[in-house]
Amino acid sequence: MEVTGQCGKPGTLTLEDILKPHALEERVYRHRCVEAWSMVIPWVGFPLADLLKRFEPASGAKYVQFFTLADKQQMPGVRYPVLQWPYREGLTIAEAMHPLTLATVGLYGKVLPNQNGAPLRIVIPWKYGFKGAKSVVRIHFTDRQPQTSWNMSAPSEYGFYSNVNPERPHPRWSQAKERRLGGGLLSGTIATKIFNGYGDQVAQLYQGLDLIQNY
Amino acid sequence: MTRSLLVIKTLVFCACLAPFVLLVLRAFEIGGLDLGADPKAEVLKTCGMTGLNLLMLTLCVTPIRRATGINRLVTLRRMLGLFSFFYLCVHFLTYIGLYIEFDWSMLLEDIGKRPYITVGFTALMLMVPLAVTSTNGFQRRLGRRWVKLHRLVYVIATLAVVHYWWQVKLDVSDPLLYAVLLARLFSARIAHWRATARKRGASVDAKAAMAPTYQRVEPP
Repeated sequence: MEVTGQCGKPGTLTLEDILKPHALEERVYRHRCVEAWSMVIPWVGFPLADLLKRFEPASGAKYVQFFTLADKQQMPGVRYPVLQWPYREGLTIAEAMHPLTLATVGLYGKVLPNQNGAPLRIVIPWKYGFKGAKSVVRIHFTDRQPQTSWNMSAPSEYGFYSNVNPERPHPRWSQAKERRLGGGLLSGTIATKIFNGYGDQVAQLYQGLDLIQNY
Repeated sequence: MTRSLLVIKTLVFCACLAPFVLLVLRAFEIGGLDLGADPKAEVLKTCGMTGLNLLMLTLCVTPIRRATGINRLVTLRRMLGLFSFFYLCVHFLTYIGLYIEFDWSMLLEDIGKRPYITVGFTALMLMVPLAVTSTNGFQRRLGRRWVKLHRLVYVIATLAVVHYWWQVKLDVSDPLLYAVLLARLFSARIAHWRATARKRGASVDAKAAMAPTYQRVEPP
């Protein structure tokens, strides 16, 4: 993984280098997809903040951008221009440094499989799932709001923040409810909560920000 | 009905019912089958696609009949159309029961605010009069008006493809295929209509000259 941009210690690290100083913990988080299904997942990882601090982000680095691997050999879907590859995502530095944000290496007690973003993915439980970049190969510190793949493809549908918000429908479907998976065909739908239920821990990040305009 | 026709109709009936039987088996997890990780979405999608496929098949009947000369095919069209309506009713009921859970205010909001649902709901509503008048009795009683009413199937098929297109997140390759197929089916009909326009004009005059009631019901 490469670390670039406005930081004191850019460079390239192996997975071993990345993981060595950190103790892994299990975090049980709700995961809410923008397509209105959700799950409760026991992730294994460590706070992204602890990783990012190692690179000494500059005071001007207001945002962090993440790039996903785009290898046509291992990822046949990347051969089709469904999105502009490589997949890219971004967070404000405050969101990236938040204690809930997880640098994730496993789930259900096992190492992350490829389709879930091996070897390292980001989990931000108060945002829609697509915000969590998988198979991260580059972290870039920047002072400008970075491009994010879904926003590039459909700006009116996928915003930079994409905080879970039942009051802000996707232009084409409602976000008021979600299908919690694992309960079977007849399990009822659940009312979606603002910030996916993590409001007490993250709402302060968005004080004064109009969350309908800044979707 | 001839023996061979009865056999064919029975086979087609079973083929049309098979997807539903499979869905039930998967819902009850019989024989190692299941509905996957997101069972509601799977049911919704399967019913929608089967309904759409059958609808497209009904539109293929006339071009194939004209190309092959097998007029008997027309007798299958009603069965295909009614099965399409059946699957799309289940599709709609799945949405009502499992997605919005009988919250009628939410249904109204969805129909009003989500264009793909407006279009889908309209398509389904337009199918109702076609399903109701699908019987031999109605076809006799309505005569020429039956043909005109059942031309609504062109509107329904178009709305259905648009509904499919608009609910896809990003990869429109599948709905595109259906749109292309629909375009070809329409152009085949337009071509035929143009080719027979002159003939129709002449025959109407001749028949009018012949006096009373020659009523010829042209299939749509």
